Amino acid sequence: MSKVINVNNNDFEKEVLQSDLPVLVDFWAPWCAPCLMMAPTLDELSILMDGKLKVVKVNIEEEENQDLALEYDIQSIPNMKLFKGGKVIGEFIGLRPLGMIKSEIEEIINK
Amino acid sequence: MESNIYDLIIVGLGPAGLTAGIYASRYRLKTLIIGKINGGLMTEAHKICNFPTEEDITGIELTKKMEKNAKNQGAEIINKEVVDIVEREDGLFKVISSDNTDFISRSLILAYGTVHRHLGLPNEERLLGRGISYCATCDGMLFKNKTVAVIGGSDSALTSALYLKDIANKVYLIYRGEKLRGEPVWIENINQSKNIEVLFNSQVTELIGENKLEKIKISNGTQLNIDGLFVEIGTEPISYDFIKNLKIDTDEKGYIKVNQAQQTSKIGIWAAGDLTTGSNNFRQIITACAEGAIAAESVFKYLKAK
Repeated sequence: MSKVINVNNNDFEKEVLQSDLPVLVDFWAPWCAPCLMMAPTLDELSILMDGKLKVVKVNIEEEENQDLALEYDIQSIPNMKLFKGGKVIGEFIGLRPLGMIKSEIEEIINK
Repeated sequence: MESNIYDLIIVGLGPAGLTAGIYASRYRLKTLIIGKINGGLMTEAHKICNFPTEEDITGIELTKKMEKNAKNQGAEIINKEVVDIVEREDGLFKVISSDNTDFISRSLILAYGTVHRHLGLPNEERLLGRGISYCATCDGMLFKNKTVAVIGGSDSALTSALYLKDIANKVYLIYRGEKLRGEPVWIENINQSKNIEVLFNSQVTELIGENKLEKIKISNGTQLNIDGLFVEIGTEPISYDFIKNLKIDTDEKGYIKVNQAQQTSKIGIWAAGDLTTGSNNFRQIITACAEGAIAAESVFKYLKAK
């Protein structure tokens, strides 16, 4: 079962910025085909890295989440940002396969 | 004896691949369609009006219809990027995906399409996703009330500009030619749009910005302050090594040469859609579908005769 959770402007602080685990935030929208194709990969990633990484999604089509898109300067989606201790420590733009994003994240987390 | 051998693997999930999958499944061929994005570049079209059954549909919606049909007819769809294809000694083809999985087939249809042509300017790769985009339908909404520019003069450039005019405050359409060359309907719409300014005889010569795109310089020396730049200067085929290794003939631009049956120079391999030299180089959704149908029928005849 996928461990990905949906996050919005109201619980972003608690779920992402205050998280003990590193968090991968997927900024996406339903009008973006590559975002839709990325979704199953992130589901798998959330299972594979369970306990080491939290994976959350922010739908930027929702009015209430557009401030987050502005705050984090999202100019292209899918845009996945890696947070640790409330700070962005990595960024991945565009569709990519599971093996690639997993090793990219591990490299940053294990640094 | 291997148990999981496909009759046909179709590489590519755009309109050519999905249509080939529909036909092949109805011919009762054991068919796999493998590719990165369901719908391929078709998903980037925000408005399709020239597909005969559709007056006005988005690329994503049209994709869903084709995908549903292909699945219902019995085709298997897998989302993986194909990185290599080799011919085994027994004449079967091995298709290898980026995660190192192998798929074996008696025949192949190559339908993996084309990719966006890049400008080839310094800073382009660095600013990709930071103000530079090749997909207005994906990223356009992120430029609400901002100033953007579209480069190109073909249908995809014109439709991108028309899509962006309702989101952004101002849209520059930058074209190197003297006259736009897309469908007259789109050109009329462009001319009627108050916030689209067309700059003819112009080329972008410099991309300026540190962490994101801030300015562009155009060929007459002027600088434009913009937030987003959408590059729509056409597409080109991907030059995979396996094309050479399998001795598949291409034209000088890299498009795969096919005959009227969509057959390539390599026995057992057909090609369909934007990556071929077929359909008078028209490269439309409907011509891609037609090539996919013809290719599937050719494969059916070939396997039956074997």
